[in-house]
Amino acid sequence: MPKKIIKTPNKSNDLVKNNIPWVYSKIVKEHFFHPKNFMNLKEEKTFKFNAYGEAGSPVCGDLMKLWLWIDSKTKKIKNCRWKTFGCGSAIASTSMLSVIITENGGMKIDKAKKIKPQDIIKRLSGLPDIKIHCSVLGDQALKNAINDYLKK
Amino acid sequence: MKRTYLDYAAATPVRPEVNKYIQPFATNNFGNPSAIYLEGRIAKQALEHARELVAKNLNCRAHEIIFTNGGTESINLAIFGIAHAYKKFFKKPRIITSQIEHPAVLESVKKLAEEGFEIKYVSTNKFGEINLTELKKYLNSQTILVSIMYANNEIGTIQPIEKISTIIKRFRQKKYLPFFHTDACQAANYLNLDINRLGVDFMTLNGGKIYAPKASGVLYKKSSVSIDPIIFGGGQEKNLRSGTENITSWIGFAKALELAQKEKTAEIKKVKKLRDYLQKNILKIPKTILNGHLTQRLPNNLNIIIAGIEGESLILELDKAGIAASTGSACHSRNLEPSHVLKALGLSREIIHGSLRLTLGKYTTKKEVDYVIKTLPKIIQKLRNLSAIKII
Repeated sequence: MPKKIIKTPNKSNDLVKNNIPWVYSKIVKEHFFHPKNFMNLKEEKTFKFNAYGEAGSPVCGDLMKLWLWIDSKTKKIKNCRWKTFGCGSAIASTSMLSVIITENGGMKIDKAKKIKPQDIIKRLSGLPDIKIHCSVLGDQALKNAINDYLKK
Repeated sequence: MKRTYLDYAAATPVRPEVNKYIQPFATNNFGNPSAIYLEGRIAKQALEHARELVAKNLNCRAHEIIFTNGGTESINLAIFGIAHAYKKFFKKPRIITSQIEHPAVLESVKKLAEEGFEIKYVSTNKFGEINLTELKKYLNSQTILVSIMYANNEIGTIQPIEKISTIIKRFRQKKYLPFFHTDACQAANYLNLDINRLGVDFMTLNGGKIYAPKASGVLYKKSSVSIDPIIFGGGQEKNLRSGTENITSWIGFAKALELAQKEKTAEIKKVKKLRDYLQKNILKIPKTILNGHLTQRLPNNLNIIIAGIEGESLILELDKAGIAASTGSACHSRNLEPSHVLKALGLSREIIHGSLRLTLGKYTTKKEVDYVIKTLPKIIQKLRNLSAIKII
């Protein structure tokens, strides 16, 4: 890998003007500030779902709820909504998961059950190590939701 | 975008008067005060003048002032300095501190526990006032040090330092021990620092919180007490913390302390008015609770719990809106543990995640406060809407 060249600015003020990196990746930033597929207050009573799962605990600082609409013929996840109590990476990773399972016509549930935290983190362009364990709960909530569907 | 900075308890800008005052020492008068030629003597004189200025403001003697590179270093010097100098005289040396101290204190005594010290942590009531009865109970013949902060950095609660020193003096009667150290890092802008009145043996101050350069600090050490050094080398600062003197920052510290103490009555009046106005309006947001003491609290501190949301998310949204603030949430900390201070108040981990600290300062304006009052409810609304915890 080529070595990153660090230029020393002539004025210290240039250190302020140059692009200050955000806390997490650009993709995390987009999903945190503009979360996709979250359960809006207005939809709470009307959203059609046949699977529900949750993961985490507010005591630990992260709680996530996931509602899915699974097509009974194709076994694909056609629609989903979520709610997350948690830090920036928790909110962004739930949002990203909701995209992964519903994009391209929806993911089949047997494939969705195999989603790992690493798959979500990869799509987010990475997360700080310390955040991985606690904030990526989406895969657990997803498994719980699919199990909920299979039980019915 | 214009920024609204409300984290003065974390860092303060160097005030213009101080910045101007120290410039000649950053460039022209750069000499090493240990040298005997002119450049060295200029630096030495500036350093000793700074020491006298600090002493004047603490009502103590100049040789009782040890300059350090900040609050954490002063605290380490006080705690390890005392502990290592006196442990040999005791079977099971004891240190008494409180549950709500700064990590600089808590981590230091934790290290000493590994060395065989017995550590007692005084609890607080739900307002953050330490339990004086418990403190009295913990005092025994093995106690070498009591370290209690003057004002808390998270919730701003002010401890009755004079009362505590009276308790300690009564206990030790004609003996030397235990010594009493107070961490006054957050207190210096607004509270009285008169050593005689406070009755402390050691006091820590930090320049980074009083509009002086960062990495400047002071440890007041009563002249009759001798302690062990923590940094070894050329023997500067009475052999207690070696290393070439950080003249530029230290003279800045002295100037800033002088100004802070001179202006404190006016500052309290100004900042308290803004804080009270902010507090009144923010507590109108449903499901919010005030942390800390209603009256015995630093005039610039506002710490609240916002139910149903997590602090780091809140800080990120506030930052986007141009507001700099702080939280006690675990997700915001390096060790993923929620604030030990809020835990000590008896708050559950669940709600500590939703804590927000706003600390005002010298340059906070009514316009900024109004902007926060207008912006914060919208952000809370957005995050509560996303939250898996229902707010009824």
